[in-house]
Amino acid sequence: MAASPHTLSSRLLTGWVGGCVWYLEGRAMQESPREFMHLFRSVRKQWMTFQHFTFLRRMYVTQLNRSLNQQVKRKPEPTASPFLERSSLAQAKAETCAMRPLPPPHLPLSRKPNDKELLELESASVIEGSLDVGRETKDEKQWKEMKLHLDDLPGVLARLSKIKLTALVVSTTSAGFALAPGPFDLPCFLLTFVGTGLASCAANSINQFFEVPFDSNMNRTKNRPLVRGQISPLLAVSFATCCAVPGVALLTWGVNPLTGALGVFNIFLYTCCYTPLKKISIANTWVGAVVGAIPPVMGWTAATGSLDAGAFLLGGILYSWQFPHFNALSWGLREDYSRGGYCMMSVTHPALCRRVALRHCLALIGLSAAAPVLDVTTWTFPAISLPINLYISYLGFRFYVDADRKSSRKLFFCSLWHLPLFLLLMLTCKRPPGATCAGGEPRG
Amino acid sequence: MAALRPCRRALVSPLCRAFSGPGCRLAPERAGERRDTAPSRVSGFCPPRKSCHDWIGPPDKHSNLRPVHFYVPENESPLEQKLRKLRQETQEWNQQFWANQNLTFCREKEEFIRSRLKAKGLELRTGSGQKATLDAEEMADFYREFLSKNFQKHMCYNRKLCAQCGA
Repeated sequence: MAASPHTLSSRLLTGWVGGCVWYLEGRAMQESPREFMHLFRSVRKQWMTFQHFTFLRRMYVTQLNRSLNQQVKRKPEPTASPFLERSSLAQAKAETCAMRPLPPPHLPLSRKPNDKELLELESASVIEGSLDVGRETKDEKQWKEMKLHLDDLPGVLARLSKIKLTALVVSTTSAGFALAPGPFDLPCFLLTFVGTGLASCAANSINQFFEVPFDSNMNRTKNRPLVRGQISPLLAVSFATCCAVPGVALLTWGVNPLTGALGVFNIFLYTCCYTPLKKISIANTWVGAVVGAIPPVMGWTAATGSLDAGAFLLGGILYSWQFPHFNALSWGLREDYSRGGYCMMSVTHPALCRRVALRHCLALIGLSAAAPVLDVTTWTFPAISLPINLYISYLGFRFYVDADRKSSRKLFFCSLWHLPLFLLLMLTCKRPPGATCAGGEPRG
Repeated sequence: MAALRPCRRALVSPLCRAFSGPGCRLAPERAGERRDTAPSRVSGFCPPRKSCHDWIGPPDKHSNLRPVHFYVPENESPLEQKLRKLRQETQEWNQQFWANQNLTFCREKEEFIRSRLKAKGLELRTGSGQKATLDAEEMADFYREFLSKNFQKHMCYNRKLCAQCGA
């Protein structure tokens, strides 16, 4: 289950990769003049021919470019990742296309080669031979044994279960639990926390298992553990099962059956409805929004044991939040979605995409006003949340009108801080026990 | 380590086979020569003789999929062989689909850019010699068109992928 399949962590990762590319290029540029001078001195000392020197220089540059190629993924076309600077990609591509290794200098057949020229030819062919072997060895070095390393397993499982996304999901569940009326029951909270976390891990792992060929083809997802072969598919599914079974059991028998049922339903919705629907229809976004809305509802039902108005309000808030968050993100991924065959509004119905994002930004204002009406918070809440709600609505409006990458990025990044702040404000304005909105009889 | 090997083999062998990939078994140690198996069809890669695991390669430059060289154990059962062959087939079929898909995408993207630039009266290369590109909003038309054109193709692929996984 997921608030959305896309998080801050993926953006940070690509930004980090882009930073690495820049660093390596800079280092290469700094090193080359020094090594070039060294080469020039050795040339003069050994009295090599100019042709041989030119050949060696080209070989050096080719090897340098090859080491750069290791960091920049070679693609058939320059498809810019949304978060890598266009200039660094173009520069790397220009270098990879520019240089080719040249054959060693040929001597005319009529003349018998003397010792000095033989030595040059030999050294040139050795270099050429070693280039070929170097290329092959490098290719072979990129093959990795699919062996389970226990040291790496925690990291691999964390990435498989999308641990940061799971953390976000669990925090929305905790917010739902905390906002529910009644005394705070710590053991029940911990069981809900762990149970929801395990269920989320399971759902995310199954999702990755289903999508390996698609994830391989998208920049954002190509470093996932199953894509890279760091874990076998069987182990991934076993891990998912080992999370789902205890997770759901904890929720059903440790908390209450309603929460357990919601957990199972959400895993099913995410893995069997949302994941296949992504390739069939744009309706997947609405299904995904429900998937994100269920965790806070689960938190509420864990605390109260019932699906009352407050649960639906929280679910509604998370549901509405998904749209500005995901639609803005998807605006920059249109090329990958198109190539991968994903049916997303940003590709097929761009105007609808922006309209829906704006609509749901405005809905958040309405939902925050409904909170005191439903006795979830005091009337302070809609007042103090108004500035951030107006701001995200403004960005939603800008996205709707401008329809460009700049406005989509601004809306996306705003959604990342808007949600935690919104939930925090809700918590601070939680209706105290025994009070009602109209100041009438206290609730029993 | 060598002394522990026989015990480890007895205990770990079935688990190892299951969890480290199909057909894995702790093979007896041999000199570190390349194995006599057929090299991977995708590249000339041959895993070392000692290895009893699958090997995964770098992403293919057309399909972006990583080829897997499957380990063939000495006493492979018919069922294990069937599974391995099925995985091999699925891999090749996936490789073909995505390589074709990506190449088609790149080719059609180039054609689209060329035709749009021509319609605007611009050259393929700008004055500074750099390749002229269209901005994201102009490309959006292409992305929408490409997705709808290939929708049926993707549906068939997804249906077959489900069938293969089920098999």
